[in-house]
This record gives sequence, C-alpha cells and structure tokens, in this order.
Amino acid sequence: MAPKKEPIWIARELARCSGCRKCEIACSLFHENRIWPEASMIRVFMLVPGLEFPHFCAQCEDYPCVKSCPVDALSVSKKTAAVLVDSGKCIACGKCIDACPGRIPHMHPKNKHIVICDLCDGDPQCVKACREGSWDVLRVVERRGETAYRLYARKPDEVTRDLAERFYGDQGADYL
Amino acid sequence: MIRGYAGKFLDVDLSSGSLRDVKFSDHILKNYVGGRGLATRILWDRLGGKWEKVDPFGAENVLLLLTGPLTGYFPGGRTCVSGKSPQSNGVVGSTLSGEFGVELRCAGYDGVIVSGRSEKPVYLMIKDFDVELRDGGHVWGKDGKQTVAALVKECRGLLNKRYRGFGEWREPAMLYIGPGGENRVRTAVVMTKWSHAAGYGGYGAVMGSKKLKAVVVKGTGPLPEVADIERVKRLIKTVCSDVYEGEMWRRWGTGGGGYYFGAKTSSEPVRNWQEEWHDEKGYGVDKFENRFWMKQYWGDFGCPTTCLKLAVIRSGKYKGAITDNPDYEMQAYLGTNLGIFVPEENVFLTSLIDDLGLCGIQTGSVMGFAAELFQRGILTEKDLDGLKLKWGDADAFAALAKKIAFREGIGDVLAEGAYRAALKIGRMKKTDLLPFLVHSKGISIGAHGTRSGKDFPEIVSYACGVQGGDHTSLTGLPLERNSELLEMLNDSGVFCSFNTFSGSSNVRFDFYEAVTGLKLTRKEWCRNRAMKALHLQRAMLLLGGPDVTWVPGVDDDNPPRFYEPLPSGPEKGKTTDRKAVEKYKKRYFRAVGWDNDGIPTSEALGRLGLKDVDRALQKVRKRQAS
Repeated sequence: MAPKKEPIWIARELARCSGCRKCEIACSLFHENRIWPEASMIRVFMLVPGLEFPHFCAQCEDYPCVKSCPVDALSVSKKTAAVLVDSGKCIACGKCIDACPGRIPHMHPKNKHIVICDLCDGDPQCVKACREGSWDVLRVVERRGETAYRLYARKPDEVTRDLAERFYGDQGADYL
Repeated sequence: MIRGYAGKFLDVDLSSGSLRDVKFSDHILKNYVGGRGLATRILWDRLGGKWEKVDPFGAENVLLLLTGPLTGYFPGGRTCVSGKSPQSNGVVGSTLSGEFGVELRCAGYDGVIVSGRSEKPVYLMIKDFDVELRDGGHVWGKDGKQTVAALVKECRGLLNKRYRGFGEWREPAMLYIGPGGENRVRTAVVMTKWSHAAGYGGYGAVMGSKKLKAVVVKGTGPLPEVADIERVKRLIKTVCSDVYEGEMWRRWGTGGGGYYFGAKTSSEPVRNWQEEWHDEKGYGVDKFENRFWMKQYWGDFGCPTTCLKLAVIRSGKYKGAITDNPDYEMQAYLGTNLGIFVPEENVFLTSLIDDLGLCGIQTGSVMGFAAELFQRGILTEKDLDGLKLKWGDADAFAALAKKIAFREGIGDVLAEGAYRAALKIGRMKKTDLLPFLVHSKGISIGAHGTRSGKDFPEIVSYACGVQGGDHTSLTGLPLERNSELLEMLNDSGVFCSFNTFSGSSNVRFDFYEAVTGLKLTRKEWCRNRAMKALHLQRAMLLLGGPDVTWVPGVDDDNPPRFYEPLPSGPEKGKTTDRKAVEKYKKRYFRAVGWDNDGIPTSEALGRLGLKDVDRALQKVRKRQAS
C-alpha cells in the first residue's frame, strides 16, 4: 500500500464484511497487547447473522464528541485528524456517546475511560488485517475537507436495517 | 498454573437451579486439555460407574459446552458440545464454529457443564460473573431464526438497561436449539447464528430433554493470558498466511464439493448411496456462486478462511430461504442423497433444516433411507401419511423434515434417527432393513464414500473411529499422521480443522506450547495424552446402553452398502475390499492397544493410568466371551 498523505480517513464498504473480526483482533493486540474484543476501538456488530459490519469512529467534520466533553479529555490530532482520548483526564461520563450521531464511543471494559479509534497514529492495524485477507472492507484514503464524513457515524441498529434491506429484501425486517 | 485458561467452569444443575463455579486440576487440564478430551474425562468421572444405565435424555446425563486453551487464539475458534450421545450411546465431541467460545472465555469461563432437567423451558444468561437462569417459555417452539432474533433483542436490551453508560452493547453470542431439539429428535443439533450446528451426537435433543432453550453469553474481558504472546502473534500470522495462499478453498469453501465428489471421485451419496456418481453440471458450484451467494466470504471470529458463503434466494418459489453455502455435506445429504440436483431446492431444504434445528447430514440420511424404502415399496404412501416420497421431490422432503422435527406420524419414527428407525420399521414390516442403512454405530456417515478409493477416508475410518460415521474424526494409520488422535487435538483445543490444512501440521503443537507454556510433541500427544481420551471414548462407546449396545468387532464395520459394487460412472464395479478392511482393522486395533475385537487391553489401560476403565470393561469382555 502506498503511503497516504495525512490526514487520513478509513473508507468503509460495510456490505463486504465477512464477520471475521480480524480488525478487532489486530486493534486490541496493538493497543492492549491482548485479544480483547470489547476493548477494541473497532467493533464488528452482528445484530442479525449475515449483516456483520465494523462500527468505529468516522471523524465527523464537526467533531460533536470533542465539543461535548466537559473536561477537555478529547482532542483532534493535527497529524491524522483522529479523536485522541486523554485517559487520565476522562471521567467516563459518557457525554461523548450521546453526542455522537452513531453512538460509536464505548467505555473501556476495565479502565474508566472512553474508547475511540485513534487511527493508530496514521497506520491503522485494522485496515492491514482486512486487506491482508483481501476482504477489503476497509481502506485508507486521504482525508479531504469537503466530504460529509458525519454520514458514516450511524447507530448500529440503523446500519443493520439498511443491510437487512440490501441482503434480505422485504423479509429483512422480520429479523430485526 | 497452566496459561491460556480462564480458570473456571460454570456448573449448572437445572433440577435445583444451582449455579456454581468449578475448577479442574492442572493434572486433568494437562492431560485432557479441553473440549472433546476434557469431555471424556468429565463424563467418565461423573457417569462412568453407571454408564450403561444412563439415559441420554435423563436428568442424569451431562451436557457439556466446552472451549479449550486455544479457542480464540488459533485462527477459527470453535466450541465443543458433548455428553452421552442419544445416537451412539457413547461420547461424541461435536464442535461448532462461531463466537460463543470466545465470548465465554472473555466472560471468565472455559466451559459450561449442565446436568439435571428444568421443569419449565429456560435459558441461561451469562454476563461476565453475572449468571442467571431465565424463563424461556416465550422462545420455546420458535424456529432458529426467530429464536436468534428474539434473544438478541431481549438480551441486548437487558445489557443496555443493566449496564448503562457502557455505550452501545453488541449482541451476545448464543447456543440454542430449534423445534427438533425441543422434541428430542435424535438428529437434532445445538446451533449458533443461523446455520452453524454441532450435528454429530444428537446433543440438540439432550439440550431439549433438559428444557434448556439457549445459553447466551457476553464477556467483556480479554481472552485468558497466554505464556508467550509474541510467539502467539507470530503463529497466528503463519497460519493465516498459509491459508491466504489457498484462494479457491477460501472462495468456494466446501461448496465446490457437490459437483466434484460426484463427478470426479465417485464418492458422493446419491439416492441413499445406491450410487456415488453423478455428472450434473447444473449442480456445479458456479450455479450456487452466481445465483445465491450474497457474501462470497463469510466466517467467524478470527478465521482467515471464511469458508461460509451467505446464500439467499430473493425470488421465485423458494424466496426467503437463507443459509450458508450450502456446504458440501448439505449439498450432498439434502441434495444428491435425496435425488435433488437443483441448487434452489438444495438452498431451500438447507435453510429449512437450519430453522428446524436438525442435522442436515443425519436428517438427510434418514430421509434418504425412507425414500429408498418407498422406492422399494416397503414404505407406502399410507405409511407416510399420504406423502409420495419420490427422489428429487424437494417439497415432499420438506414436508417430511417438518414431520420429523415435530414428531408427527411417520416423523415420530424417523425422529429416532436412521439406525433406530430401521430397527423399528423392520419390526413393523418384518424385514431386515439394515442392508439399506448407511451408518456406523448409530451415527450417519459423512458424505465421503470409500468404494471408489478416490476420496480421503480410509477403508476403516468409519468402522474404527470412536465417533462412528463422523467424517470430521476420520481415523487410520499411521497413528501419528493419519488418525483421529490429531482431530482430538483440534477438538480439544478447540479450533477449526479447516485452518490446519494449508500449512505444517506441526503448527498446532507449537501453538499449544506458546499458549499454555507446556511442551507438547506430536509423539507425546499421540502416544499418551490423546490416547487417554481415545480410550475413554472407546470404553464408553462399548459400554453403551440402556437402549442400544454395540458388539465390539462386529459393529466396528462399514455399512453393508459400502461393500456393494458401484453401479454407475467411471468407477463402476469398484467396492470396498472386505478382506482388506478386516486386515487393516486388526492392524489399527493393535496399534492403539486394543484386542482383536477392539476392546482396550488391560496392558494399554494400565500404561495410560486408566485402571478403573479396565475394571469397567470386564463387563464388556465377559459379554463378548459369551
């Protein structure tokens, strides 16, 4: 993969997701040195079998999570445009979860702080894992100002509904 | 302390409702590892003294849902389901893929041990150390897809309510049964997701007999700590890179088999194994791929192969059918074995069998058997409640599958599985029906025949395997390269064999060492540790009872049909050589330490430290002598 000019974004083609969760494994091994699905910054939801998809920060252009933080624990990386969590400052109040249009942030299951994708400082491990097996759900692209990144911050139930229609048509609603 | 284990098991007594944590000594874990191996030890310790009297559907039977130290680490984790089998009356380590094992280990448990019987339908919910039995009345009677939808909604709702502030909870993982299991159909499976099933053994019926609809689990911890994480990371990479090189295996999964094993190797069941050859190009993998596969790569936690394919029928008569692939076994047993060569019909039947919670292989086997009896005029339209069970009639087979799942009419007899149904119908019709039955020790045989000599099973694989017809535990010689002792490691690990095909077969031993911190050589595994579990499995299979007991040596055989000449195709006339089977069998028995009839010798049992097993087998030796 040719290095991308920073800042970067992870483009996502959710319907291709195999549900293998190699992204979670890569993410938690990199950040925690453990295989730890619920501590992973990217989480694959499978509310309905066959409709698996990775759920992770879309770096909205207006960063509502950062604005919502009462203790300035969240900031935007100048280098990558990722949301950075200062776990020392974070009080685990969850305001950023409610501020996020996709309810994407979640609490670390053990330590009292929020978990948000940090783009691995520009070299996302999840993307590598996904491309290595040629699933190609995830792809690093240049982040360009005009794109409505915010559209990709969607609640798991909404995404599932869309995929249900795409894969299962009329009957998709039966499984929600 | 051995690394790689969560460190405790959940012991559930459904009769009293008691839930407690239990542990096993390092000595037991070292020797029996987990999954299938550990299952044999737990069952022997709890039921060994009274094995012949234990009713598989009685409260005393123990249902085991076990992981192993490699589950979640070795790419492609599985969960092993076991207990006293209502099919073989021995022990089967029946594994299924999915996230259940990973969630369970992240919740702090290596397994769940279920005994007793609930009065009302219940399900078990585990969230880390919060464990509870919940009313299951509202999901009892629901089919697979309905059950998953209802329990995901309910349990995710509970998580969101009870553990607020976490953010969005994901779905928990679950094992569950469909109507087949609820109605104690002996070919019922324990399922996960929509189409994953632990099929061999009939444990769906055991779960149903306990009135346990599902076990739901969400774990938020990491996988248990390993001895050498850097080495584990390297090994994961090695396994995955090897797999990535086999592109067609990934692209088709076993779905290429429905045409291949018929046309190319003449080893696919066709019309209840009356033939093993066909050249139906309309049944090729390209048809499934181009018409139904909505996802070409579909899989479970950590799997590099993702051999499943999401198959959906979007229009026409069978609109709404959803399943995986269907994989080769389903293409065969719910296709060619029933004279069906139309991909749509095969997808439809497979989806239905999933929904009913039945084993596609063994239900396809019993339906094929019934259809042959219809062909021969032994079973009539009247016997079949008006069904004309003609080869290739998918709608008739669908109707029959429903009758089996709900035990209606003839379905009540066929729900006993092919072996017991054959005896029962045989008595009704005063005819010996065993010549038409394809099984080994109550377990229908996987869709890989031995007559052409071109497929992978050895001529003694089904005859000598402790899991009977189970094609995922094939045995043969040499022991250290070609026997079910290697499958024993996969099934005890617990991980998927499919990810061991591509690279060196030694990787799993390295993996075990990196995870647990204990040295393990192939020799030590095959001669000592796996041998213990194999002997326990063999002993419980021979003790059998109460309704079925096998005759050592005599029942260790291929089904009669495997000795008939192939009637068609390029391999026409070929058959399994009976003399060669007998010779091979004796060699195999000797190699594992069994006598000429396949009864473990006192010497072998003594060497393995299983003297109590030796004492218990005196009964079998006496029975054999008389």
